Amino acid sequence: MRVKYFAWVRERIGVAEENVEPPAEVRTVSDLIGWLSSRGETYAYAFEKPKVIRAAIDHAHVKPDAAISGAREIAFFPPMTGG
Amino acid sequence: MSVTATIRIQEADFDAAQEIAALTKGRTDIGAVVTFSGICRGSENGEPIAALTLEHYPGMAEAEIGRHADEALSRWPLQGLTIIHRFGRIAPGENIVLVVTASPHRQAAFEAAEFLMDYLKTNAPFWKREESKKGTSWIEARDHDDAAAARWTKS
Repeated sequence: MRVKYFAWVRERIGVAEENVEPPAEVRTVSDLIGWLSSRGETYAYAFEKPKVIRAAIDHAHVKPDAAISGAREIAFFPPMTGG
Repeated sequence: MSVTATIRIQEADFDAAQEIAALTKGRTDIGAVVTFSGICRGSENGEPIAALTLEHYPGMAEAEIGRHADEALSRWPLQGLTIIHRFGRIAPGENIVLVVTASPHRQAAFEAAEFLMDYLKTNAPFWKREESKKGTSWIEARDHDDAAAARWTKS
């Protein structure tokens, strides 16, 4: 699946997007944050406060317990500050 | 007649007067137009800033604003709706966002514009970074913006 990062999440990880193949036991957005965090220091830094992180699946906001199966694109970002 | 919202996510500036004219031209059924313009302030928390840079999530920004526009159209008797949100580098005094609502009477236009702005602040995937003498830093989300959006939630 395609994963995208925005704002300081993107800066901390160092890439704007990538393809990832998480193992089958990674079922929810929260699981995916945990799995990504284990990939290296930059990821651990980006996700150090998981409660702050917002997520979207296929362009719609989702909660941490949302299932990721079937998702084409998952995005992680800080609370939004537009308007 | 069903109303379709005009939604634009763009780097270029906009002209509020031109957008109002586009909504009302040739019509005599509209009784109220409300516009909200969000403008880049020259200071943040008392510190002067040189500019804001807005990052956005292309695709989701349009989709998310579209969902809120549809909700506004279903909750209020609107006759026209335009939402424009800019991205990129924006200097103090420049436009950031525009919401224009048109309705037969003022209350719906006022309420829908306020609803849309409250939701844009907390749910539209945009992030502001400020430039100042100290360097650049991401602007933090504000709790009172979440509270402002929450009051529109239907119980």
